[in-house]
Amino acid sequence: MSRIHVTTTINNDETDYLCETDETLLDVLRDHLDLTGSKEGCGSGDCGACTVVVDGRLVCSCLMLAAEAEGRTIETIEGMAGGDALHPLQQKFLEHAALQCGICTPGILVAAKNLLERNPNPSEEEVRYWLAGNLCRCTGYDKIIRAVMDTAANTRGAA
Amino acid sequence: MPKDEYQSRDFKVVGTRPIRPDGIDKVTGKARYGADITAPGMLWGAILRSPHAHARIRGIDTSKARAIKGVKAVITRDDFTYQPEDSDMADILDNCMAGETARYDGHAVAAVAATSKSIARAALAAIEVDYEVLPHVTDVDEAMKPGAPVIESGRQQENVPKGYSENVTGRSQYGHGDPEEGFKQADLVIKRSFKTAATHQGYIEPHACLATLGSDGQGDLWVCTQGHYMVRNVCAGVLGLDAGQLRVTASEIGGGFGGKTHVWMEPTALMLARKSGKPVKLMMSRDEVFRATGPTASSSVDVKIGMTKDGKITGAAATYRLQAGAYPGGIAFLSAMCGFAPYDLENVRTEGFEVMTNRPKAAAYRAPGAPMGAYPVESVIDELCQKLDLDPLDARLKNAAREGTKSSYGPTYPAIGLEATLKAAQSHPHWTAPLGPNQGRGVACGFWFNFGGDTCVSLMVNPDGTVSLSEGNPDIGGSRASMSMMAAEELGVPLDQVRTIIADTASLGQNEVTDGSRVTFAVGLATIKAARHAVEIMKERAAMTWGIDPEAVDWRDGAAHPAGPNAGKFPPMTIKEIAAIASNTGGPIAGHHEVNAEGAGVSFATHMVDTEVDPETGAVKVLRYTVFQDAGKAVHPDYVEGQFQGGAAQGIGWAINEEYIYGDDGRLQNAGFLDYRIPVASDLPMIEPVILEIPNPGHPYGVRGVGETSIVPPLAAIANSVSRAAGVRLTSLPMSPPKVLAALKAE
Repeated sequence: MSRIHVTTTINNDETDYLCETDETLLDVLRDHLDLTGSKEGCGSGDCGACTVVVDGRLVCSCLMLAAEAEGRTIETIEGMAGGDALHPLQQKFLEHAALQCGICTPGILVAAKNLLERNPNPSEEEVRYWLAGNLCRCTGYDKIIRAVMDTAANTRGAA
Repeated sequence: MPKDEYQSRDFKVVGTRPIRPDGIDKVTGKARYGADITAPGMLWGAILRSPHAHARIRGIDTSKARAIKGVKAVITRDDFTYQPEDSDMADILDNCMAGETARYDGHAVAAVAATSKSIARAALAAIEVDYEVLPHVTDVDEAMKPGAPVIESGRQQENVPKGYSENVTGRSQYGHGDPEEGFKQADLVIKRSFKTAATHQGYIEPHACLATLGSDGQGDLWVCTQGHYMVRNVCAGVLGLDAGQLRVTASEIGGGFGGKTHVWMEPTALMLARKSGKPVKLMMSRDEVFRATGPTASSSVDVKIGMTKDGKITGAAATYRLQAGAYPGGIAFLSAMCGFAPYDLENVRTEGFEVMTNRPKAAAYRAPGAPMGAYPVESVIDELCQKLDLDPLDARLKNAAREGTKSSYGPTYPAIGLEATLKAAQSHPHWTAPLGPNQGRGVACGFWFNFGGDTCVSLMVNPDGTVSLSEGNPDIGGSRASMSMMAAEELGVPLDQVRTIIADTASLGQNEVTDGSRVTFAVGLATIKAARHAVEIMKERAAMTWGIDPEAVDWRDGAAHPAGPNAGKFPPMTIKEIAAIASNTGGPIAGHHEVNAEGAGVSFATHMVDTEVDPETGAVKVLRYTVFQDAGKAVHPDYVEGQFQGGAAQGIGWAINEEYIYGDDGRLQNAGFLDYRIPVASDLPMIEPVILEIPNPGHPYGVRGVGETSIVPPLAAIANSVSRAAGVRLTSLPMSPPKVLAALKAE
């Protein structure tokens, strides 16, 4: 089976890979590049556990073909912390106990970071609707919403 | 009766809210879940599943699949040559790989291992199965009728009365007194029938494992499960292996809620690994999770309750019919035990019927059976209160079980917290907050047994005085944090001096699965006892150093002290100092504890919810939700609150949205998160958790399990709220918009 050669940027690193035509970006991240922080919860774009950012937009990586990543800029959960310094959202998720099993956490963090970059002062309702594409079965979302709101308030206070 | 373990004390670590030790790995994507590891030379497994609800398998031709390049193994039931004698094991084997008959849509019939996912998929497509489609039944009431298609003959227990289909495999009965006499004393008797749909646990991580198995019978399995010891024992039992030759390691687990207390495909992965001679990774798709792993049972229930004008329940009876799916078993007996458990009743009788149908083998789901047990009971109590113009919290308080109450399922209660939750609910501002038009407020109570069980813990004092704790229960929601906290509390050391890991099956003795809300209770108890064991050894080492009797040594604040002036004037020896010289005082220091933990301590909750019903669409919006639950002692309150909130959220989904929908062809029509809609962030309000602490006499710190009780009251609390908002009693879950609208129009 012939494969496609793709050159792309993932978490600021230039990366290239060979993929089959039917492989998704999520397949490549997980199976070829060992970036297993993005999770496959459904494979149909319904759960958001595989959420990544492609050229600034949130994407379910299970719905994007790996071949489509040519020349794009991709951010995954693995690129969120700067070295050993956690991103403020990651820190707030820990402080608010905003995770239980943690399987949805990478996707939710990537989505929440994208929200705060667009809207540094979201209402609770705006946070809830922005994260409506990220399923969490453990928490009832309460502590997740609080962690995102608190991060936003903190970031505004620091600015 | 378990001995009284509880001793009041001032806590230093327990009850605080430290950041969990596995937190950084989980917010950075480093944590390794079931599907997150690979092995050199690994193959990809895949499973072919029946498209029919019920079909005889006349033959399977795998020759075309085997001829595909890159396909390294193809297996069917014929490859499982070991036939387990134990009927439970035989059922698990048949569920993992169908024998003569495919019993439900999604039942596994063959499996492959190949060098890539795409080749594995192509191989599945090349397998030819010759099915003879058989009549099927997927509804519990239909399945009970004589003449219904029989899923498997010869499985009916003797306690089932005549007149039912062979699909009714078991019947259980509980209670005391005479409800008929009780109804005569009542001012009002209400009898109603209720239905609940099958719902899935809905963990976001699909099942996944990585297996190796050599021809010498030695194997390793990495798997997301709630109990890797259970996985080991079942795989060994199903495949005819020695349990000691199979080492199972639990991955991080992406949710379970009971659905990962069972074995669904791990023997298949091991068999593929044995046949191919390579490591095999096997993962389920979401479609497979819905079609082939346990939803909980759907239920059909009749309830009859009599009440006096002043709110006293005089008689109570219920019949529960729950579907077990394609194999015998079932949880109707748990519904029958739990339904009336919150109340002190003179006359109560319940019975439960276990029913086989052409659906996936039903699995445990968070307090299995109890939500369907409570929902009809709490609904009828609410209706009685409405019609007798009684306050629903007052009425429940009037009948509430207390210490010394003989429960509806048999035992007499020790100290319990139901009354405390009801009183907390009464005095909470939520109870008196104003309601708007089309809004209603519902309350309901719930009960769960909680569980202890087999538990092993080892606690090692390292040469530098730090502590390594090994336990054998997968950590689903922060239990490593709780164990470290209890060890630090008992040893008197800072929390960061303790690290807890989940050991594999070769490193500790048998551990019961993470179920029954048992871990913080039972593993916590064993952790405390293991720490006390280590403390005794350290006291001996200090006594030896000082040349005094070990009885003359006290342990406090992480150090050995002479017990009093008569013991001698020695400066304290810290754990670090004792550890540093351990080699010279007798060798390494470690404590351990092995126990079948009893005294889990039953748990009660009261939930309060406001909803608004849209009269034009029938849509239900949850406006406000408050959970009152007895935790015994909250070790890490953040994660106790998380259990309260998570259980309530799952209950909201069960009450309003979630259901397995089957077509006339017996196939599941909504096997995905788009059509099986679990609550999303925009569906829910904040969920306020109120923790009550009535110490459990069976635990040194008073801990009770908290994980499951929180899903018991929501079905009824929401149904009561919606019924009051809509002005009509809703008796079928989920209360989806079409159902609510139909009820409004019928009114």
